[in-house]
Amino acid sequence: MTSIAHIPEDPLPLSRPRARRTLGGQIVVWLRANLFASIPSTIVTLLLVALLGKACVSLWQWGIANAVWIVAGNDTAACRALRGLGACWAVIPEKYRFILFGTYPFEEQWRPALAVLIFILLFVLSSRRSFWRKELILLWAGALIIIGLLMWGGIFGMSYVTQDRWGGLPVTLILATFGLAFGFPLGILVALGRRSKLPAIRSLCVLYVELIRGVPLISLLFMASVMFPLFMPDGVNIDKLLRAQIAFVLYAGAYLAEVVRGGLQAVPRGQYEAADALGLSYWQKNALIVLPQAIRHVIPPLVNTFIAFFKDTSLVLIIGIFDLLTTAKTAIIDPAWQSFSVEVYVFVGLIYFAFCFAMSRYSRSLESQAAPR
Amino acid sequence: MTTSTPKRPPARPWRLSLSDPRVAGLFWQIVVVAIAVAAVAWLWSNAVHNLSVRRISTGFAFLGREAGMPIADSWIEYSPKNTYLRAFIVGIVNTLRVAVIGIVLATVLGTAVGIARLSSNWLLSRLAAVYVEVLRDLPLLLQLLFWYVLMQGLPAARQAWKPVEGVFLSNRGLVLPSIPLDAANLWTTLAAVVGLTVLHFIRRRLIAQQMLDGRARPAWPYAIVLVVVLPALVSLLSGASWRITLPELRGFNFVGGLTLAPEYFALLIALVTYTSAFIAEIVRSGIQAVPRGQWDAAKALGLKRSFVLQHIVLPQALRVIIPPMTSQYLNLTKNSSLAVAVGYQDIVSIANTTLNQTGQAIEAIALIMMVFLTISLGISLFMNWYNARIALVER
Repeated sequence: MTSIAHIPEDPLPLSRPRARRTLGGQIVVWLRANLFASIPSTIVTLLLVALLGKACVSLWQWGIANAVWIVAGNDTAACRALRGLGACWAVIPEKYRFILFGTYPFEEQWRPALAVLIFILLFVLSSRRSFWRKELILLWAGALIIIGLLMWGGIFGMSYVTQDRWGGLPVTLILATFGLAFGFPLGILVALGRRSKLPAIRSLCVLYVELIRGVPLISLLFMASVMFPLFMPDGVNIDKLLRAQIAFVLYAGAYLAEVVRGGLQAVPRGQYEAADALGLSYWQKNALIVLPQAIRHVIPPLVNTFIAFFKDTSLVLIIGIFDLLTTAKTAIIDPAWQSFSVEVYVFVGLIYFAFCFAMSRYSRSLESQAAPR
Repeated sequence: MTTSTPKRPPARPWRLSLSDPRVAGLFWQIVVVAIAVAAVAWLWSNAVHNLSVRRISTGFAFLGREAGMPIADSWIEYSPKNTYLRAFIVGIVNTLRVAVIGIVLATVLGTAVGIARLSSNWLLSRLAAVYVEVLRDLPLLLQLLFWYVLMQGLPAARQAWKPVEGVFLSNRGLVLPSIPLDAANLWTTLAAVVGLTVLHFIRRRLIAQQMLDGRARPAWPYAIVLVVVLPALVSLLSGASWRITLPELRGFNFVGGLTLAPEYFALLIALVTYTSAFIAEIVRSGIQAVPRGQWDAAKALGLKRSFVLQHIVLPQALRVIIPPMTSQYLNLTKNSSLAVAVGYQDIVSIANTTLNQTGQAIEAIALIMMVFLTISLGISLFMNWYNARIALVER
C-alpha cells in the first residue's frame, strides 16, 4: 500500500518541480506526482497496470471479440459452441421484452413502457430544486393515477390487464415509488411521534421502528405473503403485489422515520419556541416551521435511503413477484438459453446501476451544494 | 436549599376541554392507543378464527416433532429424523457462521479499499472508487445470483481449478486443507488463546509503567513464552498430531479437508464484497475527519507515515467510524437472510420450509424475529461497549 494522501491539496507537492509549459511536460509531471511518486507507488502502479491489462483483454475477448450477437430463433448452437469463451448477447434481443415487461400482453406493452417513461420524468422533475413546491404533491398524485390507469386499463379503449400479469421494470418502479410515496408521510408522522412528549404515542412509534429495523426485509415479505391472509377476515383477498407493497410501505416508513428524526434533532430549539410564541398549533408548527427545515437538512441521507430502498425491491424475487430481477431469472429458465444467465444479469445490472448511479450522483451534488462555501 | 430550587409557577387547574394541552395530550393518547389495541385485537381474532378453520393448533409444540427436512450443509450433527428444534438450531448456526465470518472479512477488505481510496497513487485510488461505486449501486440479490451462477459455471470436481496444493475450486465449492478437531488440538488452541489474553494484560502493564518513568520495556520475551513456548509445550504434552489433512479427489467428490459449499461460498463472497464497499466509504470519511493538524504535528515530530496512520490517525478516526460500522454489521447479518435465494439453509430458509410443512406461520416468523432481534442486540451491545472503550477520555 502506498502512503496516504488524505488531503487533496497537500502542500508538499509544491516542493516538486513546477509544471513546465508544454503539454508533454505537464503530463510527465502529473505522471510522476500521481503514479510514480516513490518506489512502492511505482510497484503498485506497474502491478495494477498488469492486472488491469489482463482483465481488460479477457473481458474484451469474452464480451466482444468472441461474443455472439444475434442468432436466428431459438437456435443457440452457435452460442453453445463457444463453451463459455464468449458471451452470448443474442439472449438479450430474444428476451428483452419479457425481462422488461414480464407477461404483460405483448401488443399492449407500450403501456408499461409509457408508465416507465412517466416514472423517469417524475423523478427528473422532482430532483429539480425549482419544483420543490406544494404543487409537486399534486404532480405526484396525478402521475401515479395515470400510471395506475395505464397499467390496469379498462378505460379509453385499453383492455383490462390483471395485476398478476404485470412484470419487469414497471413492477420494480411501482414497488419503489409507491413504497416511498406512502412510506415518506408515514415516516414523517412516526418521526414526529418518536419526539412527542406523550409517552404512549412515543413508545408505540419506538416499538414500530425498532421491530421493523431489527428484522430482515425478507421476513417482512414472508409475513406479507404468508401471514397477512391469516389476519384478514373470511372473503377478504388482497392481491399478492399489493400485500408486498404494504410491507414495503411499512419498511420504508421505519427507515425514513429515523432519517427524518435526525433532521428534526438538527432544528434549533429557538425555532420551536418562536412558533409557539406565534400561537401556532402543533400541526401548524411542524408543517410550516419545523419540517421544511428538518427535511432540508437530511436530503442527502434521504436520497441514500431511496437508493437502498430501490435495490431492496429486488427481494420480492423470493416471494415470487415478477419484478425486474425475477423476470430476468425466469427468462433463462427457457432450456435453449439456460446457460447464459451471466449475460442476462449483466443486462439487468446495467438497468439497476443506471438508476442507482444517477441517484447517488444526485445525492453527491446536493451534498456539495449544502456544504459551506 | 431554598435559593437553588427555582420557584415553579402555581399549577393551573385542569379544564375539561381540548384547548387545555394536558387534556388534549391525554385525549389523543387514549385515542391512538385505543385504535392500536382495537386493530391488534381485530387481527388477532381473525387469525384465531382462520387457524381454527384450517385446523392449525397454535403454540410451539411442533418444535418437538420430526422435521423430515434434509439440510445439506451443517456444522452440527443433523439428520431429517431430528426434531424441528434441532433444525432451527442448525439454521441459527448457519446464519451465525455466515454473519461472523462475513463481518470479519468485510471489515478487513473494506478497510483496505477505504485506505486505497485515499492513496496518493492515482490509479489505485481510482480503482478503489470504481469498486465502491459499482458494488454499491447494484442490488445485493443480483450480485448473489451472479456469484452463484459463476460458481455453478466452474469446472466439475475432476477438472477442479487448483491454485495451490490442497486447495480446489470447482462447482462443488471451495475445498481447503484442514486440521482435524481432536482434544489435543483443542487444548493447544486453548493454551494459545490464554497466552494471548495474558500477554495483552502484561503489555498494558508495561505501557502503564513506561508512562510513569519513560523507560521502554520490551514485551517480546513475554510474547515468545506465552504465545510460542506455552502452546508448543501443551501440544507436546497432550500428544497433538499437527497433521494437516489435504483433500483428495475420489471418484466424483472430495474426501477430507474443509469444504465450503458453493451456496455458502457464493453468499459469503456476495455479502463480503457488498458490505466492504460501504465499509470502505465509512473508513475513508473517518480518516478524512481527522483534522490535518494531527498529520502535520506528527510529521513535525519526525514520525514515519505508517506509524502516524497506525498510532495517531486511526485511533482518532475509529471514533467516527464505529457507530456507522455497527449499522453495517447489522445490515450484513440481516442480509445474510438472502441465503434462501440460493438454497443455503440459514434460519430464514429453515423457518420458511417449516412454515410450508406445518403451516405454523406465526410461530415460524416469531422465531425468525426473535433470532434476529437477539443477534442485533448482541452486536449493538458489543459495539457500544467497544465504542465506549475507545471514546475520547476528556477531562
